[in-house]
Amino acid sequence: MYTQGLDQKQKKSAADPADTPGRLAAFQARIDADEKIEPKDWMPSGYRKTLIRQMSQHAHSEIVGMLPEGNWITRAPTLRRKAILLAKVQDEAGHGLYIYGATETLGVSRDNLVADLLSGKAKYSSIFNYPTISWADIGTIGWLVDGAAIMNQIPLCRCSYGPYARAMVRVCKEESFHQRQGYEIMLELCRGTDEQKRMAQGALDRWWWPSLMMFGPSDKTSEHSAQSMAWKIKRISNDELRQKFVDVTVPQAEYLGLKMPDEDLVFDQKTGHYRFGEIDWEEFWEVLKGNGKCNRERLEARNSAHDKGRWVREAASAYAEKQAARDAA
Amino acid sequence: MTKEQALITYATRMGDNAIVMAQRLSEWVGHGPELEEEMAMANFALDYVGQARMFFSYAGELDGNGRNEDEICFLRDGWDYGNVLLLEQPNGDFGETIARLVLFETFYSLQLEALASSPARKLAEIAACAIRESTYHIRHASHWLIRLGDGTDESHRRVQHAIDRLWTYTGELFEADQVDRIMQAEWEGPDLTALREQWHRQIDALLSKATLQKPADGWMDSGGKQGHHSEHLGYILAEMQSLQRTYPGANW
Repeated sequence: MYTQGLDQKQKKSAADPADTPGRLAAFQARIDADEKIEPKDWMPSGYRKTLIRQMSQHAHSEIVGMLPEGNWITRAPTLRRKAILLAKVQDEAGHGLYIYGATETLGVSRDNLVADLLSGKAKYSSIFNYPTISWADIGTIGWLVDGAAIMNQIPLCRCSYGPYARAMVRVCKEESFHQRQGYEIMLELCRGTDEQKRMAQGALDRWWWPSLMMFGPSDKTSEHSAQSMAWKIKRISNDELRQKFVDVTVPQAEYLGLKMPDEDLVFDQKTGHYRFGEIDWEEFWEVLKGNGKCNRERLEARNSAHDKGRWVREAASAYAEKQAARDAA
Repeated sequence: MTKEQALITYATRMGDNAIVMAQRLSEWVGHGPELEEEMAMANFALDYVGQARMFFSYAGELDGNGRNEDEICFLRDGWDYGNVLLLEQPNGDFGETIARLVLFETFYSLQLEALASSPARKLAEIAACAIRESTYHIRHASHWLIRLGDGTDESHRRVQHAIDRLWTYTGELFEADQVDRIMQAEWEGPDLTALREQWHRQIDALLSKATLQKPADGWMDSGGKQGHHSEHLGYILAEMQSLQRTYPGANW
């Protein structure tokens, strides 16, 4: 999921003198031979930077993503749904921790990465800046958002960086459970009362386009794709993944009896793909810039948790120091 | 009250304790002092939801009027909820949440141990299952109580305040009413007087390790078990039951 980070503008930094042509060529040869790059292996500084950016953004997205879903834990309509949602949100926290851990193998600390999230310097997936205003939003997040995440992450299981690829294998297994439970929520709503169907349609109307935006800008405007593809960090282009997602999802919506909020959506017999309308890229860039419905709230919530928890973390360190001193005595 | 009626009420109260605790712990998701603690809180909440489901389903089966776990949980008002007052109190800061966990779980694990050998077989099975979770919760919460008590001046002050504030709700845990008395006499339920002594011994040891002062047993608030609640429960239920109340009879 959450590879939008690949497409954000990054300041061009001066070439690293350690990146000699010989080393770069040898590195590319390893990549071309489909070898996995491991933490202690030499790697170009750009490769390291790209991975740090993408992986930390992925981890941040897992953590911020807990907020819109956490919003419904106390209001889940049945005990079974409450249990599933709690387990799901707990999984997201686990993914976050796991991916932060994998990112640390690149020589950065989780504390610094989190500080960048809290200051607004680091990004997370724009999808989580949309509000969850009905129970059907929880179904839709599982169905569409986790569905899009899986589309993005399955190719990442073959990513050239070993720790990230291995993390993705594990994460994908859990995401597919998340996707199924989301679709199951939708199925139940669509088989339900008129009000429940209305709830389901309303959620689809609001989440469909933002889900398509999750794949990042169109290949025509995406900045980092070529290099990332060569390094096999990214293996399939934004537009290809987006098309795949649309092709899989439209029949699912039909099965639910829901209408896609796109007048231009049509199945193209010749290509075997769905053609869909123009994405509102202005909205996409605005949300990335911080101007979405929940950008401020999400960051405030994380900052508030961090600030209110400071005394707790300080106490834990103070206690650990006291214990160490006692052990030494 | 027949012994069967007492058993139904008792199982429902156990479920009420579990679900109210789950609601409070869930409020921490996304707002904890550390990611690891958010996971722990979500994990504990999930354990409690699981326990609530087992207790409610059991109460429904015994009752024989066809009420399922969700009807018991979502379609009763506060005066029919029999959770103890301690659990419906707001979370407060992290220290207060930890203090509540310690005070309640120490009681709860003793209660579950007693119930695990009850002749009410299904209840005994649920209790045996819940003990395993409870043991882990106590270990986790106790470590935090010690860290906070023996951490910095600020953490010590905060967690001492939390213990002092919550103390008034601990008396109710050991206050036996007719239901508790029938449970003890007919279903080998816990002897709350004996349990109180054990609880005090364990809490004394833990507070001392955490360098905290034990509050004096002053006036104790009570009534939760009989449905006489604080103002807080109404909001917990309003939030939890909102979908079931707004869309009666819908399947989810």
